[in-house]
Amino acid sequence: MPQLLKEGSIVADSWRLQSQLEDAAPVPDGKLILPLGAWESRRDQLLNRPDTGVWLDSDEEPSRIADDLEHLDLLAINFPVFSDGRGYSYARLLRERYAYHGELRAIGDVLVDQLFFLKRCGFDAFALRDDQDIEAAKAAFGAFSESYQAATDQAVPLFRRR
Amino acid sequence: MYVYDAIDQQMLDERVQQYRGQTERFLRGELSETEFLPLRLQNGLYIQRLAPMLRVCIPYGMLSSAQLRKLAYLSRHYDKGFAHISTRQNIQYNWPRLEQVPDILAELARVQMHAIQTSGNCIRNVTTDQYAGVAEDELEDPRPWCEIVRQWATFHPEFAYLPRKFKIAICGSASDRAATQLHDIGLELVRDANGETAFRVLVGGGLGRTPVIATPIHECLPQQHLLTYLEAILRIYNQYGRRDNKYKARIKILVRAMGAEKFREKVDAEWDVLKDGAATLTEDAIARAKAAFTRPAYDSLDPLAASTALRQQSSADPGFANWLQRNVQPHQVAGYSIVNLSLKATGIAPGDVSAEQMEVIADMADNWSMGEIRTTHQQNLVLGDVRQSDLLSLWKKAVEHNLATPNIGYLTDIVCCPGGDYCALANAVSIPIAEALQRRFDDLDYVYDLGRIDLNISGCMNACSHHHIGHIGILGVDKKGREYYQVSLGGNADKDASLGKILGPAFEPDEIPDVIAKILETFIELRQADEPFIATYRRVGMSPFKERVYATIA
Ligand code: SF4
Repeated sequence: MPQLLKEGSIVADSWRLQSQLEDAAPVPDGKLILPLGAWESRRDQLLNRPDTGVWLDSDEEPSRIADDLEHLDLLAINFPVFSDGRGYSYARLLRERYAYHGELRAIGDVLVDQLFFLKRCGFDAFALRDDQDIEAAKAAFGAFSESYQAATDQAVPLFRRR
Repeated sequence: MYVYDAIDQQMLDERVQQYRGQTERFLRGELSETEFLPLRLQNGLYIQRLAPMLRVCIPYGMLSSAQLRKLAYLSRHYDKGFAHISTRQNIQYNWPRLEQVPDILAELARVQMHAIQTSGNCIRNVTTDQYAGVAEDELEDPRPWCEIVRQWATFHPEFAYLPRKFKIAICGSASDRAATQLHDIGLELVRDANGETAFRVLVGGGLGRTPVIATPIHECLPQQHLLTYLEAILRIYNQYGRRDNKYKARIKILVRAMGAEKFREKVDAEWDVLKDGAATLTEDAIARAKAAFTRPAYDSLDPLAASTALRQQSSADPGFANWLQRNVQPHQVAGYSIVNLSLKATGIAPGDVSAEQMEVIADMADNWSMGEIRTTHQQNLVLGDVRQSDLLSLWKKAVEHNLATPNIGYLTDIVCCPGGDYCALANAVSIPIAEALQRRFDDLDYVYDLGRIDLNISGCMNACSHHHIGHIGILGVDKKGREYYQVSLGGNADKDASLGKILGPAFEPDEIPDVIAKILETFIELRQADEPFIATYRRVGMSPFKERVYATIA
């Protein structure tokens, strides 16, 4: 099981990640993170369902969910391998372009050494791969005390602050 | 030069700490080979054929004498007493030990140097003209812009895991000495209708397996929008560049697959939103970058007196006269010159420089060139600000240390990758081929008669030596486990860039000197007046060269 890191500590995960959902299958109860495909094909049925989140795979652009953000309590972006960097752009788009303010969770191959950049791009929850060292993970957020560029966590680039 | 402030320095020190921790975790077995790979690459560390290779960044080719002394020191302590200048203006050590790299990086950080993003699928060192700020044909010094881009690209959180490596070059002069058309993004400084600085933006150039000349996507980008526009391009590339096949992952393939028009539309749509946002450059930011590259305090010298003295010194010493003609370039300021130090002496791997030479060059820079040195794409070094009255002393020193081979821009100024002697990816050796050619064409008068010829040798399709844009390109290929060499003609790196075409079937290593000799004979026969090789080739085409070479081989 991945360990969920939020605001600097490991927390219990009350959400269930549904990796797939057959078209005819009943939607389970409780807090659910559904695949984008399931959301798209059953949107009408799900629109008013409480406790619903959606996860995007690395080839699923955030524009596909942009109009529905108000109905969602959680968004997750999957990293099939940590080196697939599309999710960094997706996260910034969700935060900065589509003004998504809810939980944005990194899932999949989420490792210590990418946490600093993930956070800068707007992720605020990290489903760390289960073999990752928690202390190292906590420390990774403080790897750098400053950054040159503007990103989600710092709206003003360093050149405007020098 | 740009000098780090406390913030730059702190980030750099933190990077060293971060990498030290990562290396320790790797050595303890907590990080797998796959997970450590991009981390070490983004700190310049490759694992090569014989040992690791560490590529140290020289931002847009600018070095201080103190930095060069540090590089010399590191080569003595962690390498075998030499280093290698790469074709992207960086410097490489071939024998560091993986566990010592954090110490090397800590040493480098003390002189504001690093190996950040010199490898890996991220934005690499921004490169430019080795004569930036001093070239006679310059419209504007590109270095402040390089520094602005460097800061933006360094630790960019969104673009650390791109589909593939990403290279940006900036050029500010009439002649393109930075090969901007062969980069993922090429930026050419231009003036807009009001005389303000702007950029012509090219995208999707590159060499490697599929060489492509870049396509312009913005003719006149106002300067303040540089970073938002770059961010838009990178964001499109990061999302849509192919990730399923590393040979199809560069932006050139995306631009080609989408079509330049469609690609531009996507970038524009993205830019529409980013434009005028926080990353828009402020006048202060531009002024701050420019302040790091103000013109040094040049003495006002009497150009007439200087040239008279030079003429006298030249007539007294033909060796000096020849070097002056071949390796020294005009400067923007009267009484000053640009000096090229050749790292292409026969018998030395092209671009290799010893610790002793580095120390001597650092002293030369302090004595005669404002304490600064530049690295070049052609794997040589440049002292950019030399008083003409110092040229003779400088030359003598350079001769003493084998740095004055008078061949800059000529046939024997061969651009050559480390190849099979060092590189794990090589199909074939390249350094011995370069040496064989330098030995074969050791008659300098003959070499000068040929005029300017770029000859580039790459050990494999990765094309680190840019063989596609050599007037003559040589590429190592593997034929049933044996080393062969393919020859191409007609490449060119300047504003009228072109890609070389393959002459025909590949040759055995021993045949190469004869093949090149036949090509040159053909050129001499067909040449009109003082026509450069590339002009003759463009006029007569491939066939006469091909006929001659294959007729004699058969
Ligand atoms: S061209 Fe090939 S052989 Fe030469 S350095 Fe590059 S990867 Fe290695």
